[in-house]
Amino acid sequence: MTDKIDPISRQKFMEELRRYQKGSVTRRHFLGVTGLGVASAVLGAAVPGLMPRPAFAQGSIGDKVVLATWPNYHDPANFEAFTAKTGAAVQVNVFGSNEEMLAKLQAGGSGWDVFEPTNYTITTYVNQGIIDPLDMSKVPAYDAASFDPRFAGPGTVDGKLYALSKDWGTTGFAVNTKQLGGAAQPTSWKEFWDMTMGPFSGRTMVHDYQLTTIGNALKYFGYSFNSIDPKELADAEKLLLSAKPHLFAINSDYQPSMRSGDAWMTVCWTGDATQMHRDLPEIVYVVAKEGGEIWSDFYAIPKSAPHLDAAYALVDFLLTPEINLKEALFHGYPVADARVNALLPASVMNDPILHPAADLLSALEFGAAATLTDPNRAELMARFKSA
Amino acid sequence: MSKRLTTILLLAPAGLWFGIMLVLPLCFVVVFSFGDRAAEGGYVPALTLTQYANLPARWAAFRNTLTLAPLGTILSLMIAYPLAYFLAMQASAKWRTLLLILVIVPFWTSILIRSYAWIFILGGQGVPALLNWLGLGNPRLINTPFAVLTGIVYGYLPLMVLPIYVSLERLDKRLLEASADLGAPPFRSFLQVTLPLSLPGIATGCMLVFILLMGEYLIPSILGGGKVFFIGNALVDLFLQSRNWAFGAAVSVTLVLVMLVTVSLYMWLMRRLGGARDDVSLI
Repeated sequence: MTDKIDPISRQKFMEELRRYQKGSVTRRHFLGVTGLGVASAVLGAAVPGLMPRPAFAQGSIGDKVVLATWPNYHDPANFEAFTAKTGAAVQVNVFGSNEEMLAKLQAGGSGWDVFEPTNYTITTYVNQGIIDPLDMSKVPAYDAASFDPRFAGPGTVDGKLYALSKDWGTTGFAVNTKQLGGAAQPTSWKEFWDMTMGPFSGRTMVHDYQLTTIGNALKYFGYSFNSIDPKELADAEKLLLSAKPHLFAINSDYQPSMRSGDAWMTVCWTGDATQMHRDLPEIVYVVAKEGGEIWSDFYAIPKSAPHLDAAYALVDFLLTPEINLKEALFHGYPVADARVNALLPASVMNDPILHPAADLLSALEFGAAATLTDPNRAELMARFKSA
Repeated sequence: MSKRLTTILLLAPAGLWFGIMLVLPLCFVVVFSFGDRAAEGGYVPALTLTQYANLPARWAAFRNTLTLAPLGTILSLMIAYPLAYFLAMQASAKWRTLLLILVIVPFWTSILIRSYAWIFILGGQGVPALLNWLGLGNPRLINTPFAVLTGIVYGYLPLMVLPIYVSLERLDKRLLEASADLGAPPFRSFLQVTLPLSLPGIATGCMLVFILLMGEYLIPSILGGGKVFFIGNALVDLFLQSRNWAFGAAVSVTLVLVMLVTVSLYMWLMRRLGGARDDVSLI
């Protein structure tokens, strides 16, 4: 048998402990032999309060601001510029769905200073008393007149301004044209679902998000994206359940699988389509002719924001046209601020992914508050996922 | 100071911890499970059994968990036992330490990152492409129960190997010599001496892996592509998507009860087998 066992045995540990207690070995020897020294060093490094902190140039707004946002949604260089200017570091929390954001804020203690709700959630946040009307004297960069009211409008509830327009977009689908095998490019949700259950079997992805997945199944029958009618939802459920075995995945993180070629078609948001098409031109974006979702995202500040001044400073900074321009070029979503659009290159303004043709746009619907909170839609999604 | 007072004082930190962090939240969960979902999500107090009556709506999640968790545990055991046996009985002292470290090394990286890596290994450009190149067909691996099982066995293997290794390493080798002297062929010695004596390690390893698997969420959500649904995934959706806290609480309470029953049965079974082991060590 070996006499040197590396992961220390219980017996050996107790022997070492007694030797240490009796004073026959040093504390350093004890910690080294038992591995406790390494363990406490690792623990120490994991507790932020024990680490030396970088000293920021202490501005008047504090040294930190916490932002809850979506994936691939900001140019990190702009955060660095904000920190350089104000001394406040931006801590970013990335989320996957509006429900998740709402759940965290409902539960309380989120610690967020700024978050980015979508149009249909704002009345819910107001009703729940989670957000207050904004103090616009602290956001001088915002010019209400230059924002397209179609996208900025949902930020106003009962005549009071609660949230400021960040950007907007559409929910269509992306398809890898190399895999079409000569067939014509699909243009409708009908074709999307039929192809899923036909030639694209095992290659299609849908969002892990009831609003868009159920909404686009409803469009197959020509119903409203926002329907909460039990009969129409039953039709959508039937379609979803028959499509389920043909799906590659139910996942809102679809870029990796589309890029690797595992998935050929996916429900898709504007910015993801821009980013994928930029690198792989064969991946094209389709705004379906029956319609679907159009949405706009906002900046809002929760009542509970621990760094209120920094929150206003960050929103003001990001809505400054020169900064917002860099944001727009990075994330690939259209913005509603005419001052920014005037600065954007024509190629961006004419890009059909960002700015689809007028007749396609007019068929789209904004999501409704009831669509998000409807318990029947939530249960339908759960049945679809567990089927 | 009386001995009794000392005992109470020493146990106070652990008692407070379990009281505040375990018992109290568990009480909340039980209370919530008899409540209702608020109109815009969350919880409103009520006294109703609606949530429990609704449990069959999550039957598929329970079925998946109760099949894949035991299956994952058994697979881990079948792979871990020979490895632990080799480490404890066959490997030379020089190699043993190195090999043990290699078993533990994966724990230095987050399970999230390691599971994410499997997306690429099992994805179309990974193993299936290799099999295709070898002319063995081009099977779909990612986003299947197979992928989830692979991730589970990969992720939990060290938790199975280490307890079994410890029990085998402590085994008194003279018992095996005695067994051989008494004329038992090696395989019989293994069945009647080694295996029963390593039972505590097997029991601990299986328990560790099984309990963690029953609450597993990450691996099915990453390698199942949202198509392999565990109770953990159902719970995350209930609290973070549909925000139905009352129903979520009822599912949690049911999961805890299922675990209590399963683990009690398991412990009872192990104690019975353990009784037989005591007879062995008396020899």
